[in-house]
Amino acid sequence: MMKYANFPGCSANTTGKSFTISTNYVAKKIGCEFVDIPDWNCCGTSAAALTSPELAVALPARSLAIAEQKLPGLDVVAACAGCYKSLRTSLVYARKSAENLEQVRELIDMPYEATTDVISLLEAFSAPEAREAIAAKVVKKLRCLKVACYYGCAMVRPVEVCDFDDPEDPQSMDELMALIGAEPVDWAFKTECCGAAQQMAVPKEARPMIERIFQNAWANGADCIVTSCPLCMLNLDMREAEINKARIAAGKEPFDIPCYYFTELIGLAFGGQASELGIDIHFHPAEQLLQKRAQDAIELEKAEAAARAEEERRQAELAERIARKKAEKAAKEAAAAKEGADVGKEDAR
Amino acid sequence: MRAIDLSAITDEDLQACAAIAAEAGVDLKDCYQCGKCTAGCPLAESMDLMPREIIRFLQLGDLETVLTAKTPWICAQCDVCSTRCPQNVDICSTMRAVRLASKHAGKQPVREADIFDDAFIANVKSHGVSNEQYLAAAYNLKSGHLMQDAGNAIRMLKRKMVGVAVHNSQGRAEVAALVDRALAADAKRRADASGKGGEA
Repeated sequence: MMKYANFPGCSANTTGKSFTISTNYVAKKIGCEFVDIPDWNCCGTSAAALTSPELAVALPARSLAIAEQKLPGLDVVAACAGCYKSLRTSLVYARKSAENLEQVRELIDMPYEATTDVISLLEAFSAPEAREAIAAKVVKKLRCLKVACYYGCAMVRPVEVCDFDDPEDPQSMDELMALIGAEPVDWAFKTECCGAAQQMAVPKEARPMIERIFQNAWANGADCIVTSCPLCMLNLDMREAEINKARIAAGKEPFDIPCYYFTELIGLAFGGQASELGIDIHFHPAEQLLQKRAQDAIELEKAEAAARAEEERRQAELAERIARKKAEKAAKEAAAAKEGADVGKEDAR
Repeated sequence: MRAIDLSAITDEDLQACAAIAAEAGVDLKDCYQCGKCTAGCPLAESMDLMPREIIRFLQLGDLETVLTAKTPWICAQCDVCSTRCPQNVDICSTMRAVRLASKHAGKQPVREADIFDDAFIANVKSHGVSNEQYLAAAYNLKSGHLMQDAGNAIRMLKRKMVGVAVHNSQGRAEVAALVDRALAADAKRRADASGKGGEA
């Protein structure tokens, strides 16, 4: 039974709404239930950590304490990588010692045992039961779509906090994409930081981070970037136009790399329409590539069917030739045996 | 790296640098200056001191250089430095500790980064959740970058990603009290530490 306490995060109904829409679509199809943590609050993200260590621990702990009381026994799922990292950082701190736990209780002024676990949405959908359900629901494999799976930093680092996939070369999203028929490419920027909030605070310094991510995906033959974080998505998808403008001004070729949430592509493989999954409200045009690759997949399947038919014809021809040869050989042997028998008779005489 | 007059470094400076390292859970002697942190840092090209140099100045006790450096404020806290360090020095947490020490010393080497985080926490304290459109507006007003992302705001409105409605957590009063309690505990910890430092 796949049932989780859901920590939606502040962008769930705003800049990250395509993530929410597509997650709900996929969850419904595979029978995964998410119950929102009642009265949850902002995780504080890096702003809290850069304001006060106490605040960074307390803000996520309040939501976790509510989940523990109101939704006992359910693991907490966070879709946003920033929320995931903040919640886990607080949880790991509280679990480190009895003193830490007592300090957290005092800060949030609530009973709290730090028993509820926190996982990312990517982890929830990578669990064996979910993967089986996903594989069973695929009706349209996303063949020919070359995807650069982009995990970002907060999903995998620090290892002592996240600890569910490799910090340098994670595979969970690549495996999900392969499961729905897409082609994950090897590339170097899987876990490179998108700049997060620094894209607002120090835009001049942070913009090259985004450009390099696009550059590396492009250089490795990816059609698109697939992400599992609404802030990564916003930084990449929304700012691609601005980066392209600067590239054109500098005489460089602009990128044409749509970005998708991994849940959008799973939903698409389930037969969902772009508008049902939030793909129609991306900043960089995201629908044409999917249509083109769907067409490519049809062509590829036609070519494969033709190749299969040709192979079958050749096999049949070969089998026929072998059968003919065998028959000829058998006839010859029979004739020789008969002749041998005749000679034998003569000898006997 | 420029020449440093080590004789100008006081015991207080050394203690303050040691306190920063302690807050980050780092033993500064572990760092042998290989530079792997800097090699992997996605923002190194925009920093005034390389991540490796921040650790070096802390080792030397050059507090003023560390507290006025832009580097910890440009750092995006992505943790690639700490993950790759062959000596397990938590450079990322050190950056955070330096930045907090710099903030509490009343310094603001990168004004915008400080304004952004303060605006973020103020937003969370008021509503329990972060309202991105009002955070952006507050940031633009306070930083003076009035038109930053204005075009993107229109694109978001068109996609109905943001609107004028403010979202509030039902427990916003509880969250506001929690923020106050956490910041009071933070202030008390720092006061106790400086009291101890004074005695020693």
